[in-house]
Amino acid sequence: MKSSLKNMVLVLFCIALVCSAAVGLVYKVTLDPITKAEQLKVTQSIAAVLPAFEQTSEDVINVDGKEFKVFTATNAAGEVVGYAFEAYTMNGFSGEIRLMVGFDVEGTISGVEVLKQAETPGLGANLAKPDNVVRKSIEGKKAADLNLKVRKDGGDVDALTAATISSRAYTEVVAAAYEAYKQVSNK
Amino acid sequence: MSKLSILTKGIVKENPTFVLILGMCPTLGTTTSAVNGLGMGVATMFVLIMSNIVISMIKNFVPDKVRIPSFIVVIASFVTVIELLMKAYVPSLYETLGVFIPLIVVNCIILGRAEAFASKNGVLDSALDGVGIGLGFTLSLTLLGAVRELLGTGAIFGQQLFNADNGILIFVLAPGAFIALGYLMVIFNKLTTKLK
Repeated sequence: MKSSLKNMVLVLFCIALVCSAAVGLVYKVTLDPITKAEQLKVTQSIAAVLPAFEQTSEDVINVDGKEFKVFTATNAAGEVVGYAFEAYTMNGFSGEIRLMVGFDVEGTISGVEVLKQAETPGLGANLAKPDNVVRKSIEGKKAADLNLKVRKDGGDVDALTAATISSRAYTEVVAAAYEAYKQVSNK
Repeated sequence: MSKLSILTKGIVKENPTFVLILGMCPTLGTTTSAVNGLGMGVATMFVLIMSNIVISMIKNFVPDKVRIPSFIVVIASFVTVIELLMKAYVPSLYETLGVFIPLIVVNCIILGRAEAFASKNGVLDSALDGVGIGLGFTLSLTLLGAVRELLGTGAIFGQQLFNADNGILIFVLAPGAFIALGYLMVIFNKLTTKLK
């Protein structure tokens, strides 16, 4: 088709209009399921990292200039059974690593779940596997007795083979969550 | 051209990865494992089919000079729609592929097919072309992903075949992508010239 200013403007306008309307419509339709799917993931990961609880309340805590979400878990009697921290670092091999780290009231790390990571598949991405060595060397230990650094840096945490940077970042997030835990539990 | 040859030419004769050598960015970037390659291929195939269909429908109304921006708007819309749908209904798949999905917009195969085929042919032929080229892309990405995963971590589709410690790490990383792709291209073209 021959181009003239009029038909170029008209056609591009119409195409853009129809396309953005379609995208807008899909956005509206999917907005609800997307929020639900994201919330479900957070709730599931809280349940996975904490001992049994009745309900959680959400709060925000500031550690070294980073804002972490804190989920305080209480049992049916209203006693606190543990805290879960949604903590993150940008120091992963490919940017952000976001974890859910759970502590019980005694300060034991009751669980760690990966919420978000983009590490190298086959190497650093193994951090997201449930039975990786980093997680094993952290979970179930008292945070106060543990030097939260990888062995290469003189700490007590095992690093993944060929993925020291990823393991270091993972450990850093757990350590940051422990700082947050100290702030929260002292209150 | 018969309908069957439109469908099959994308797999061998005009294979987008090994023969046309288009869309190298997602090819090298996403094929760290067979599953990732497969997922990227399928998502691209879907966008390719849909955009080919729509572009062959609107081709008579689009003035030549604004052809490319019009096609890009259509392609980008489909990619966004897919991203939203995946996020909403298959969050686990979105998790593994999420970062690669927006890359589909800039995949030259899609714009290339819109230019070279869909803007000159009918709706059915364009849809078949999308399926064919999409299949070719999916197969080559899966193959490349499988080779890299096997050499790098000793597994295929997550099934461990030998100890991961004996894998050659470089194949999972970016340089390994170039090496593996280069050798696969040689083998592919050797085989196809022999067949001729």
